[in-house]
This record gives sequence, C-alpha cells and structure tokens, in this order.
Amino acid sequence: MDILKQQQTEQARTTSEEKVTKPEISSLASVAADRSESKGDFVPRRPGAGLEAKGVHAWFGKHHALANVSLNFPSGTVTALIGPSGCGKSTFLRTLNRMHEFIPGAGMAGEVLLDGTDIYKSGTDVTKIRLKVGMVFQKPNPFPSMTIGENVLSGIKLAQLKVSNKDDLLEECLQRAGLWNEVKDRLSAHGGSLSGGQQQRLCIARALAVKPEVLLMDEPCSALDPGSTLRIEETIRQLTESVIVVIVTHNMQQAARVSDFTGFFLSDGGPGQLVEVASTKEIFSRPKDERTEAYVTGRFG
Amino acid sequence: MTAQLQNDFSTMKPNQPWRPTPRKMVEDILVIGISAVLSPVIVHFTGLAGISGNVLTFFVLSLVGSIGISYSRQGRKAVGNAIATSLIYSSFALVMLPLASILFTVISRGYQSLRINTFTQDMSLTQPESAFDQGGALHAILGTLILVAIASAISVPLGILTGLYLTEVKGRAENLIRFLVQAMSGVPSIVAGLFIYSLVIIGSGGHYSGFAGALALSILMLPTVARTAEEVLKLIPNDLREAGVALGATQWRTVVMVVVPAARSGIITAIILGVARVAGETAPLLLTILGNNTTHFNPFDAPMSALPLYTFNLFRTGLNAAISRAWTGALVLMFIVLVLFIFARLGSGKQK
Repeated sequence: MDILKQQQTEQARTTSEEKVTKPEISSLASVAADRSESKGDFVPRRPGAGLEAKGVHAWFGKHHALANVSLNFPSGTVTALIGPSGCGKSTFLRTLNRMHEFIPGAGMAGEVLLDGTDIYKSGTDVTKIRLKVGMVFQKPNPFPSMTIGENVLSGIKLAQLKVSNKDDLLEECLQRAGLWNEVKDRLSAHGGSLSGGQQQRLCIARALAVKPEVLLMDEPCSALDPGSTLRIEETIRQLTESVIVVIVTHNMQQAARVSDFTGFFLSDGGPGQLVEVASTKEIFSRPKDERTEAYVTGRFG
Repeated sequence: MTAQLQNDFSTMKPNQPWRPTPRKMVEDILVIGISAVLSPVIVHFTGLAGISGNVLTFFVLSLVGSIGISYSRQGRKAVGNAIATSLIYSSFALVMLPLASILFTVISRGYQSLRINTFTQDMSLTQPESAFDQGGALHAILGTLILVAIASAISVPLGILTGLYLTEVKGRAENLIRFLVQAMSGVPSIVAGLFIYSLVIIGSGGHYSGFAGALALSILMLPTVARTAEEVLKLIPNDLREAGVALGATQWRTVVMVVVPAARSGIITAIILGVARVAGETAPLLLTILGNNTTHFNPFDAPMSALPLYTFNLFRTGLNAAISRAWTGALVLMFIVLVLFIFARLGSGKQK
C-alpha cells in the first residue's frame, strides 16, 4: 500500500516536472480563483470613472501593429494583458497614456476615454493626461543624476505640482511601493546604488508620487528576481484601492496572481488584436477561444 | 544538520592568482633589458645610427623576444597576442614621446624668465630685452582670459542648444544643421579671423578690439562644443526621456531636469574641448585683436593682447631675451589651460 502511494507520488512529480514550463490550466485557475475570493466583490471607487479604449488601432510608419482593440478598465481593478511577443500589448499600453506618439512615425486611430473624455481630443493637454495615467517601464529607469528621495519626488518637480508636505509624500509613496524600510536611512544615496528590484520599486514610488488615477506597467518584473517580483505584486494588489492598474506580462502565473481581468492579444502575421477578455478566473479555467486556451496552457507562444 | 553560516573569515586573504608569476615577470623584464643593451651594440656594428636607429633596433629586438617567449609559453596562438601587445605599447610610447618632449621643452625654457612680475606687470614700460625682473605677461594673460570667457559665453550656450536640437528636438533642419556644424569644424582658423576682420573690423572702420577676436574664436569653438554635446546627449538612454515625459513633464522640463543633468559630465567635457580648441589660437587674433603691450580690460575699444599672440610677437623680434619671454608666455598658456581643465573636472566629478 505504502509502496503504491510512493509510486503514485513519484509519477505525479515526474509529470509535474515535465510540465514545469506548461502550467496546468487548473492550477492557474485556482490561483486566480483564490485571488478573486480573497478580494470579494469590489466596489468601484467612483461610479462612471475609469479608463476605456474604443476601437484602438496603432501604426509604426506603414506597419499596422494593433487593430481594433476595445477594452474597459473599471476603477479598482487590475487588468493583465497577455500574449506572445510582438502581438501589440505594449503598443496598446502606450496608447493609453499617449506615450505611443513619442515614437517617430507613430500613428493611431480610435478613442481612449479617461473619465468619459477622449484623451486624443484635440486641444487636450498631453502632460495632464500623463499625470493621470502613470507608467512603469520594463527596465528600471531611475534618474541617474538624482538621489533616491529626489527620484521619488521628481514627478512633482517635473510637472511643477504644489505639495504641502514633501516628506510625508516621500514616505507614503515609498511605503506603498514597499521600499520604505530598505531605503529610509539612505534617501540621499543615488538611485543607481539600489539593486534592480529596488530600482523598479523606486520607479513605482516615483510614478505614485504624482497621484495617478491609472498606472500602466509594461512587464515590470521581467528583469527581477522572484523575491522582488513578489514584493511588486503585493504592491500592485494594494494599489487597487485607489488606482486602476493595467499590467503587461509574459508570466502567466503573475497574471493569475495579480489581475481581476485578463485580456489575451494575438497577431497572426497581421496587426495584433484582442482575442478574448474576461475575468482572470475564466481566462485560466474556461477560456472561450481555443487560441487563448492553447496559450494559457503553454501549448504555444 | 543545518549549516550555520560562518561569519569569521579573518584568516582569509585576497589573492590574485591571475597575475603573472615572479618568474614570468623576470623573463619579461629580461627581454626588455637584453633588447635595450643589445640595440646600441648592434647599432655600433651596423649601418644604423642615431636615436632613431637605436629605437628601431630596440623595437625589433623586443618584438622578436616577446614573440619567442610567448611561443615558448603558450604556442602559436600566443604569438598574435604578443605582436599586438608590443605594437600597442610602442604606439603608446611613440605618442607620449613628443608630448613629454613638448612639455619638457616649454617648462625648461619658459622657466628661465618666469618671475613673479610675469603675472603682475605688462610690457608697456619694458623693452623685450630688459632684465627678466621687469615687465611681464599680465596684459596677455588677462587678454586670453577675457577672450576665452567671451568666446565661451557665446559658443557654449549656442553649442549646447545646437546639440539639444540635434538630439532632442530632431526638427526638420536636423540633417542640414549637422552637416553645417561638421563643415564649420573644418574651417581653418585664419578664415575665421579673415571673416571677422572683413565683417567687424573693416565694417567699424579699422577698429581692432578684443571682442572681435572673441567672435572669431567663438566661430571655431561652436562646432567643437556642438558636436561633442550631441555625441554625449546621444548616449543618454531613451528610457530616461520616456520616464520624464511619462511623469507628466513637458519635453523642455524633461530635457533640463533629466537629460542635461544625466549628461553633465559629458557636457563639461564638450566645454573643455571647446576652450582647448581656441585658447591657443593665434592666426585669427592677428587679424582681430592686433596685440598691444598695455593692460587693457575693455574688450570693445582698442587692440588687446593674448598669450599666443604675445608669444608670437616676441619670437618675431629675434632677440634672445624676447624669445625667452615668449617661452614663458607659452608656459603660462599651458598652465592656464591645465587649471581650467582641473576646475572643469572637479565640477563634473561632484556627480557621484
């Protein structure tokens, strides 16, 4: 009897080892389920507030990179964007705070509504949009000429905002980014002296200091070790109280752990498109599209 | 048993196992030493002669020696390495030799007439052949400082803004401007002098002035500053610009608060190179400031002097004492440029 049990567990272990890069759909679904159960039904912070993309297309020169993406990001939620490389996830993310136009030759069509107003409407002050829709990049990019403290408050100076108590804001942002305890004694050290994970949390703190309504994260953990990744994921979960988070990730477990909704992007040689969007639990347990299922179970991509 | 992390490593000492063993070092020194001893002997018994003959023989001997010793140690693959190493060291020596020679000549000859009054008196009441404790280069030192200051005040902001236009604005005229800046850096200095001479001096009725000289220098300084500033601004990763803009800053504030501070050390290098380019210019000054012997602070009303011009004019007299004073002028000029460099480096070194 004991021997039989041992054999079974051994068999189970070998199969799980084989599938180490191909997580079973049920395990990811249960991660996602745990997540949504612990959160319960969320109450939107402000009814009607939020970010919504309507029929967004994007081009780089003549290359049509993204076609007809419509996605709603209700307030108080985390949305994960997944999909293979080159499917337009990051491009889509950058259309949400008008960073897309920073690339020479870029073009776009469609509407992005922030609190009901199109951010591409002519006469819009683009700097105000980027203040409301912050961004954390794939590679940690603290400002090299500034100290840790100056980095956090750099947005205040750059956007010329008035703040009554800078020290409080500094501590609050570093606390929320989960970095306060590690850096509180060396705020005047240079940002470059931190480790990669700490630098990325510093960039999150910097993005939070200008009190954005939305935080866009472009693979924020792709260069980080598991410990730092965990800290950042905790941070993301805490942020949902006040911020809409949109996160691009290649890590399916991460999408399952942190997000309420998941959108799956795919390009079949043409422009990238949104294949399916649903609650994260659904995407990882019973996706409607077979391509989504193939991707989340690791059968391709 | 769980492994307890050991914390006492006081008995451990750092080693450098990758360093050459004493035996190897002795061998390497022997190759150089034997070559050095053998080369005069060979020169003595062959048709070769003089310093260059010695140097050439020494080079060939040490090259052959180091190839042989590398081959005996590591075989054929080490031979290429030995040849490259020898060539690199020889090139280094070849470059350092004239530099050291210039430095030595200027210091040893300029030192002869260097007195306190070099810095406190001008030549208005002194003949070039007077005793060295009379007269000095004060007027020329002041002239050089004033000229370089005015030229920098014109060229540094313009050059940095040009660099910013090429890297940050990337406007329609980007390629045209880049081409013009490159063309400008090839303008011979006498042409810059002639240009200002015909434009400013003839235009004002033969009115030589320090300001005209500074204008001519700024023409020469501008492309150096602009090109170097462009190069160092190009090295700033685009991530930083995006990070600044994504925080709700305008492009201008991102450039001023993020991009330029990140490139500060490089921009200071650009300024240094610009100053170095013009501090020793003589030709354009001949046509614009003319030179004089009195200390003169106002750059707008009358001819001025500058150290290169002071040196040139004293050399032309052909008198031994005057030539000695000219060497002193050259020494002071080198010293001023050195001091400017040190100040600039200290300024850029703070960023740490």
